[in-house]
Amino acid sequence: MDWSIIFEDGLRTAFGIIAAVYALTAVGLNLQFGYTGLMNYGQAGFVLVGAYGMAIFIYEVPSLEVGGVDLSLPVGFLIGCLCAVVLGLILGIPTLRLRGDYLAIVTISAAEILRITTNSRAAQDVTGGPQGKRFASGFFDVNPFDGRFKLFGAVAFSANTLWVMVWTWGLVAICSVAMFLLMRSPWGRALKAVREDEDAARALGKNVYAYKMQSLVIGGVIGGMAGMMLALSRQFVEPDAFQSSITFLAYAALILGGLARIFGPILGSMLLWFVIAASESFLSEAVEHGFLGIDNVITSDDIGPVRFMLVGLLIMLLVIFRPQGILGDRQEVMLGND
Amino acid sequence: MTDAAPPLGIAPEPGVAKPDPILVARGMTRTFGGLLAVNVDRLEVQRNTITALIGPNGAGKTTLFNLLTGFDKPDRGAWRLDDHELAGVPAYKIARLGMVRTFQLTKSLSRLTVLENMLLGASNQRGERFLAGLFHTWRAEERENTKRALHLLERFNLLAKKDDFAGTMSGGQRKLLEMARALMVDPELVMLDEPMAGVNPALVESLLEHVKGLRDEGRTVVFVEHDMDVVMSISDWVVCMAEGNVIAEGPPSSIVTNEAVIDAYLGTHHGKTTQEVREEQP
Repeated sequence: MDWSIIFEDGLRTAFGIIAAVYALTAVGLNLQFGYTGLMNYGQAGFVLVGAYGMAIFIYEVPSLEVGGVDLSLPVGFLIGCLCAVVLGLILGIPTLRLRGDYLAIVTISAAEILRITTNSRAAQDVTGGPQGKRFASGFFDVNPFDGRFKLFGAVAFSANTLWVMVWTWGLVAICSVAMFLLMRSPWGRALKAVREDEDAARALGKNVYAYKMQSLVIGGVIGGMAGMMLALSRQFVEPDAFQSSITFLAYAALILGGLARIFGPILGSMLLWFVIAASESFLSEAVEHGFLGIDNVITSDDIGPVRFMLVGLLIMLLVIFRPQGILGDRQEVMLGND
Repeated sequence: MTDAAPPLGIAPEPGVAKPDPILVARGMTRTFGGLLAVNVDRLEVQRNTITALIGPNGAGKTTLFNLLTGFDKPDRGAWRLDDHELAGVPAYKIARLGMVRTFQLTKSLSRLTVLENMLLGASNQRGERFLAGLFHTWRAEERENTKRALHLLERFNLLAKKDDFAGTMSGGQRKLLEMARALMVDPELVMLDEPMAGVNPALVESLLEHVKGLRDEGRTVVFVEHDMDVVMSISDWVVCMAEGNVIAEGPPSSIVTNEAVIDAYLGTHHGKTTQEVREEQP
């Protein structure tokens, strides 16, 4: 049993691209659900439209020279954001005047409809269907890093991985600073008032519908950016990368870290992916070395599912013993129940 | 009895016109299925008075409140606040025009602090727009609002609580907070839905003083209340509803002796023996 390998695997994933993408997705959810109380169960749909919006644009317009600078990627990024805005408006206009449950049902269906549509034969010419769409963005052509890099002297990343990490964690940082400023402003106070009691906010002259719409759209755009970073890291989009599990793992990260906390989604995502990766590494090490006779219970084929059982157990224990998450305030969470 | 002079020369009859009305409702109806919950031909509220809205349970008082403040839509009817026609105007705009309500079941924003609750009430905040909020160009305005909020909290004896979550307060304190928060909007017309319900008797006195204070500073108050002692002690005018209709209105002294009001509360057969009632039936 080499415990350092388990720890390194955990750290690599906790700081890696996937944790950053989920952190960004969860920052968007935190705005929608944590601060505004909107039950968006279709964040995967926003991640998808961001990724496909950018990927299809870059595929169709691989180079867009303006004054000697190739703007294909920046314009593609903006188009990805625009797609998320449009999705937010389409979902929000009919549902945000209704009770919260309607938004939940509509968003979860919309995310599935989008995934199935991109996967369909009819859309194959545009989306690439089940085979997905490869695009050449030139993202790695401007990578200033070279060789391999080590974090904490042990955890190694390739130059391209590091380049994606810098951008994705950078976006997480920018969005979190924006959240920090917004949530200390009267705008953030109005959002929290909408979460606490829509009618009270309305009675004080607040345009509740407009606040909910802004929250849904901005949170959706942040989710879209996460999708774009995921697509850029692989220079490829495929429908199976945008399963509903994105939404639920992002919720898990958010609740783990603490709802309505600026660092909640970041800490939650890093911890979630540390646990997922470290438990996988632990299980494969344990099976290999017969640790505690575990090889009599499971084989190496069972590791994938079993690690998610461990994650499920972690979340159950958390909700029972620390419902406010790691960074939350227990008193504040309990007040929400009256 | 009240400090202000009772309105003189206004006949105590349903739908009577009043001098300088701030709120005028005409022909408002609201049905729920087959039930006619509100059916008000005409109702005027005089500026700078305290008007009590009374009536037995199910008379349509809260429904009328909801209609007037835009929280529910009437089947038909028109009403105006000063010169603003309000039919079809959303609730938040009605609040901005100067008619602010409170709720029968207090709506304190539990996970905001008492001070945040108050600051939310301030109107026309620049910092409540997204970009201004992001770039923090609202500091000066917030300081002014905070000053006003602290002043109101002091007046309502909530200053010591300002940094506590509103959800930790008692029911009576929440009623006080809700009233203070409504004042942050600086409304012309304050609509209080059962402001005394569930408040302990010691606090009722101070709430009553606050309501009178609203009138004394030039505002108009309409409130729903069941406690007749409260109604008699602070209102300038009383409107009585039953089964959706305004059945009587007048100064408090005329209401206690009004036949229609007594009938509505006690039934038309009150004062008669069972024998007499039986004989009346065909």
